[in-house]
Amino acid sequence: MKFKTFAAFVGPSVFMMLLFIAAPLVSVFIQSFQVTQPILERVEVETCTPGFLTQTCTTEVKTVPVLDETGKTVTETRWVGLQSYKNVLQMDKFWDAVGQGSWNDMMQVDFWRALRFTLTYTLLTLPLVLGVGLAIAIAVNNATRSIRGPIIFISLLPFIITPVIGALSIYWLFVGDGILTALMERWSGQNISMFAQAWTIELLMYFYKVWSSAPFAFVIFYAGLQTVNMDTLESAVIDGASRWERLRHVIIPHLMPLIVFIALIHLMDTYREFEAIVGFRSQAHVISLQWLTYDFMTPDDAGNRAMSRASASAMLTMIGIVLLLILPLRRTWRDHKGSAH
Amino acid sequence: MSTSKAMQQSAALRLSSGAFLAFWCLLAAFPIFWIAVMSFKSPVDAFADSPWDVIFGPVTRAGGDGLSVLDILLGLVVLFFAIRWAFTRLPGLVQQYCPPGLIVLGWLVGALVYAIAFILVFFGLLPIILGPLNSLLGPLGTPVIGLTTDHYVAVWAENEFYRNFLNSMLVTAGVVTISLTVGTLAGYGLARSGSDLAFWLLILALIFRALPHSVLVAGYLPVFINSSEILRPIFGEGAPTLYGQPWAVIAVLVSINQPFTIWMLRSFFQNIPAELDEAARVDGCSHFQAFRRVIMPVMWPGVITTGLFSFLLGYNDFLVTSLLLDAQNQTMVPAIAGYFNRETTTTDQVEAVAAAVSITAPLFLLVMVFQRQIVSGLTAGAVKG
Repeated sequence: MKFKTFAAFVGPSVFMMLLFIAAPLVSVFIQSFQVTQPILERVEVETCTPGFLTQTCTTEVKTVPVLDETGKTVTETRWVGLQSYKNVLQMDKFWDAVGQGSWNDMMQVDFWRALRFTLTYTLLTLPLVLGVGLAIAIAVNNATRSIRGPIIFISLLPFIITPVIGALSIYWLFVGDGILTALMERWSGQNISMFAQAWTIELLMYFYKVWSSAPFAFVIFYAGLQTVNMDTLESAVIDGASRWERLRHVIIPHLMPLIVFIALIHLMDTYREFEAIVGFRSQAHVISLQWLTYDFMTPDDAGNRAMSRASASAMLTMIGIVLLLILPLRRTWRDHKGSAH
Repeated sequence: MSTSKAMQQSAALRLSSGAFLAFWCLLAAFPIFWIAVMSFKSPVDAFADSPWDVIFGPVTRAGGDGLSVLDILLGLVVLFFAIRWAFTRLPGLVQQYCPPGLIVLGWLVGALVYAIAFILVFFGLLPIILGPLNSLLGPLGTPVIGLTTDHYVAVWAENEFYRNFLNSMLVTAGVVTISLTVGTLAGYGLARSGSDLAFWLLILALIFRALPHSVLVAGYLPVFINSSEILRPIFGEGAPTLYGQPWAVIAVLVSINQPFTIWMLRSFFQNIPAELDEAARVDGCSHFQAFRRVIMPVMWPGVITTGLFSFLLGYNDFLVTSLLLDAQNQTMVPAIAGYFNRETTTTDQVEAVAAAVSITAPLFLLVMVFQRQIVSGLTAGAVKG
């Protein structure tokens, strides 16, 4: 295919990606070093209230935003260097906390709190999703052919459902005296509230993530299991390999490329967790990095959006995902080069 | 596939694997099933302590809303035949009455007519017939399960949820059509070109896919809000404010979805032998004609699968639509956040549950009809690497 035809085919897609993905990235990068604020001026205002004999007048100096001729506030954009990053990271508080060895103080800063949760969430659910997905795939592969279809149908539901609603559906089972909380209370005889402290919410979130991502791993592992070489398996049996050894030495090596693929996708998707925070309404206790950026961007009571801080936290989030993906990507890259030669 | 004697499993192993599967299915379906049950009960029943109260709904039943044994039996029979008819006779009718070449449109019309007919029969005709029958039958006709559709009526009619539904449909329809049009072209180009440039484009797309969406939205938001001032030099006075415009959100979602779409479509195009377009080229087609007349007709399975995933992205999105659309043009998923923010009484809570179930129902149907395509789409990229 000539370059010109190739460009004609790929052009629209590349144009959209450049306009709506690459360009915003550049603009976020620039915004993170700028602050846009309304220009304020100090005005002397004399207010008089009617009094006996003479009016009582007071003069005070007020700070008011400058308005242009159409009545809009005039804003100015200044370069502030790393100020927004400092506001997000709050390094002085962070080092104070490190100096005192106080974990709780460190978790007072939103960014470090979000980073801590996002990383544990991503790295802890990864082996769980892989394990549960593989277990379901092997069990379905064992099952009789006629019930496989319905099982795949049911398994796909948590994966396909709108993430916010998936999280909400679990939330409603536990909120207040939801039936599962009531059940646990009856068993333990204690008063349990699942949404009053951080660690129970986190547990539910881990459960939600495994519940909603394991089906994806399952479907891919299930397809991979169909291509396992039966002869190798049988010869392993003849050589006296136990069921566990066969899984360990024949099936898992065969599925290795798929494990890397699922891990890659899982890292990408879990790192940007956002919907679970909304669904579980956990923002008072647990937040994620993407939620932090979202929170900066939503207008506050006065209608202002903290765009520069949002940009700084967005850039930090992006650096995080790049660091997280370097290892698996290098592995795929080596495999790619290895298979090419 | 026959299993040899060496591969046979002990009864205990089979039993435990079966038990594990049953447990997983329960776990997977239970939360969704339970919110569906809750949405039909009065608030007292929906948040009752005992699971039996939630299922049978004594308070709802006492309020006069309920189903008798006869209702349940007849409803199940009608449901069974309706589903069977949809899978056996409907495809034939669509094929018969649809002009060739417009088969997709034919299916859309067919599904719409079917849905309307189903709603008329199930919610219009059935209660009219069952009313007198129930009063005739005595014990068989008295309600045993409490069930009320009040919350759905409240959500859809009083709270005007249908506006959000229409907005959702607009956004998803736009996302699916545009991302397929742009994506098939790019996917074909990438699959047929072995150049280094194509490889690097794919790697770039993979990196783009990893970006958290909030990073991108942080870039759009200031530009979109001030767009009428920024675009004035180009478009003059009529320059639009992009913030709150559904078509701007469609463009954003299409672009966010492009990396995934081109990867998936590329792997589908690679399955189609290159000899096919070479033959077309020998017969005098240009590259584009070969793509349009020879390749696309055999690509429908791949296009449908990719379209499904684009649909899911547009339909399920929360972050982009909640930040870039204003209240008037809000889609369904962010609108539900409005419900639980003002969730003060239990009635509000059950209405939020009903809204959540309303959003889930189309997805449920989607998996039912397109299960095979979804599975093939998930595995397309992965198994071939």
